Amino acid sequence: MVNRIVVGAHYGLRDWVLQRVTAVIMAIYTFALVLFLLAMPSSYEGWKAFFGQTWVQVLTQTTLLAVFMHAWVGIRDLWMDYIKPVGVRLTLHVLTLVWLVSCVIYSIKVVWGL
Amino acid sequence: MQKQRPKHLDLAKIRLPIPGIVSILHRISGVALFFSLPLLIYLLHGTLSSAEAFDAYRAVVSHPLMKLVLIGLLWAFMHHFCAGIRFLFLDVHKGLELQTARATAKSVIVISLALTVILGVVLW
Repeated sequence: MVNRIVVGAHYGLRDWVLQRVTAVIMAIYTFALVLFLLAMPSSYEGWKAFFGQTWVQVLTQTTLLAVFMHAWVGIRDLWMDYIKPVGVRLTLHVLTLVWLVSCVIYSIKVVWGL
Repeated sequence: MQKQRPKHLDLAKIRLPIPGIVSILHRISGVALFFSLPLLIYLLHGTLSSAEAFDAYRAVVSHPLMKLVLIGLLWAFMHHFCAGIRFLFLDVHKGLELQTARATAKSVIVISLALTVILGVVLW
């Protein structure tokens, strides 16, 4: 028997959790980055050396992915709240995804110095 | 019996309570940050570029109009950050009482504005 529930509670719970988890990741990254910046000598060379380390690049890229997933849930919620015509909403969803995927690609180039 | 209640869906007539203002500003700042994502990545790019490119980047960033945009984005980030932390606490049922919720909403507005001014002055 196919037991597929298409209405009711818990629909969208995964997105709700994703938005909170990514928020916590970004908050931790922000606090950590501020602490490192305060501890570091404020110079161009110091910053470049700091950001040249692989672990900094990895954590930055991970956090940026969290940013994009967070933005996806948030912006999609806005379209669902304010845009009623299905066609327009679908178009906006697609444009949002294209925008965010482009940002992911650009961020990869910048973070890894490609 | 259906009561006749006044309907004020006119945006100019709706008076949002402070938590409501924080909430709508959270949305607005979120949208601003969403549209600025490429700019924010570009800003990171500039700080990591070579010495010659860094000077060009400096000229772009120190343009008065750009500084204004950056101050705006700084506020958007600060507000979204502070309000977001408040919402996370509300999610785990901390600070739900009316008085507390109003007080934390007020502090979100004040703290994010204060941080924007302080960091803005330091970085200008």
